[in-house]
Amino acid sequence: MGVNPVVHSGDPEINAAGHPGVLTTSLRKVLNWSRKASLWYMTFGIACCAIEMMATGASRYDFDRFGMIFRASPRQSDLMIVSGTVNEKLAERIVNLYDQMAEPRYVIAMGACATNGGPYHGLYNVVNGVHEIIPVDVYVPGCPPRPEALLHGVLQLHEKILNEGLPVRA
Amino acid sequence: MATTSPPAQAPDVRVVPDEQDRSSSHLYVSMGPQHPSTHGVLRLKARIDGERIVDVDPDIGYLHRCFEKHSEQLTYPQIVPYTDRCDYLAAINNELTFALAVEKLLGLEVPPRAQYLRVITMELQRIASHLIAFGTFAMDLGATTAFLYCWRERESIINLLEEISGARMLFHYVRIGGVRNDVTDDWLRRVRAFVDDFISDKLPQYHRLITGNRLFVRRTKGIAVLTPEDAIAWGASGPVLRGSGVARDLRKVEPYCGIEKYDFNVPVGENGDVFDRYMVRMLEMEESAKIIKQALEGIEAGDVMAPLPRRWKVEGETYVRTEGPKGEVGCYLVGDGSDKPYRLHWRAPSFVHLQLIPVISKGLLIADLVAVIGSLDPVFGEVDR
Ligand code: SF4
Repeated sequence: MGVNPVVHSGDPEINAAGHPGVLTTSLRKVLNWSRKASLWYMTFGIACCAIEMMATGASRYDFDRFGMIFRASPRQSDLMIVSGTVNEKLAERIVNLYDQMAEPRYVIAMGACATNGGPYHGLYNVVNGVHEIIPVDVYVPGCPPRPEALLHGVLQLHEKILNEGLPVRA
Repeated sequence: MATTSPPAQAPDVRVVPDEQDRSSSHLYVSMGPQHPSTHGVLRLKARIDGERIVDVDPDIGYLHRCFEKHSEQLTYPQIVPYTDRCDYLAAINNELTFALAVEKLLGLEVPPRAQYLRVITMELQRIASHLIAFGTFAMDLGATTAFLYCWRERESIINLLEEISGARMLFHYVRIGGVRNDVTDDWLRRVRAFVDDFISDKLPQYHRLITGNRLFVRRTKGIAVLTPEDAIAWGASGPVLRGSGVARDLRKVEPYCGIEKYDFNVPVGENGDVFDRYMVRMLEMEESAKIIKQALEGIEAGDVMAPLPRRWKVEGETYVRTEGPKGEVGCYLVGDGSDKPYRLHWRAPSFVHLQLIPVISKGLLIADLVAVIGSLDPVFGEVDR
């Protein structure tokens, strides 16, 4: 924001290190930090990659550590993980779901298929990458990506969210 | 990416009044393709009267990936990884079916050690697939704990298979003529340890957690009964067929990979309801473990790959079927003497089972639809191919 933190005039020590209870920061940081720390994702398994997405959410890798809980409805979710091959019939639905998500919303293209069609690149019914229909924030390569790779993708998205500006009114 | 967007469009679950007959009180409810309990991109068009289902119509095709047509442009070894992606929960069984079909046309003899490794991996894969079926089914009925437990064991199986194949899910381990690489004795010991632990400790845990649960039993017993006649008439196979009391297992009827040497039972259900289909899967895991133990005892040293021809001349027409975790996986292959198939057709059990949904779910409560789908255990990679 570029605004200096406001120091309470009656209590100049409020910003001093070790002062109990009060922390001053910028609104941008607080907003981004809270958004990052509770990134709810939509359960929308498409193909093989969805199984690895489930594995990431399950006991061993545990998405919950990052405050990520799956939601069944697009209206409650912040993140869509496109986990699989998108074909012509499904593309329409994905755009529809994306439009139903509230802003700010993020998209991770998980796996080779969602990135560029992967093993099915160029076939008659396949959309060559989900970026052709909706904007993508992070691409996770692999066929399927390991859960560690997906977690890494999510951490990259966290970085991105932390560095975002405040939303501007159009 | 905070972008501005067009206004939100129609919601996913649409309630459309009956066009033909406005006097009736039927509602059309569309369930999916984004729905946490449809096990993938299935859309069900249900006509309901109050809470009761009048009619259901599965709408598929959201994952059609041109597998059969695409195969005609690929050489035989190149097709193997694509068969993995059909039933992605049971990759090994798919590879095996395709490999057996090509081997049959080529007249290849697979070395005995490879046969044993095929049996071990395919039964491990069956356990892994049934674990997912169990976990997601229980989760759909509200028992999330089971889902987390079953992933614990699945990860152990994945670890074992990853060690020999390098992949976590789409293994590409069974190749035409044998298997990808040999395994160490230590690996075999660890498989043994896993199987012992699974049978003595983990499986009884699941039964304590889910099978005896009153809520679970109330929601599954007597629901969506499939009669043996219907099951046969509609071409059901695998646990769905055996849940209805028909003891038909392709491992017994048309043995492959030397499975006729093993001693195992074919569990069958009595009533053909959701509970029986679930129970058959649970019992099958035990039988798979039995098979693995016998294979571990019998395994002999030797090659794991047959010598392959330098130029592939696959000629003729064949249909090979194996018993996958979901049912009969079939591969119809026509070779015209070149190194690419002339035609490849994949018989997917899930596709056949989806047709049963309208048959068995008439008159059920709409909430039971979830139990019906879970008990059929469809995988959309192979439904749409
Ligand atoms: S990238 Fe690979 S694993 Fe993922 S959906 Fe595509 S084919 Fe399946």
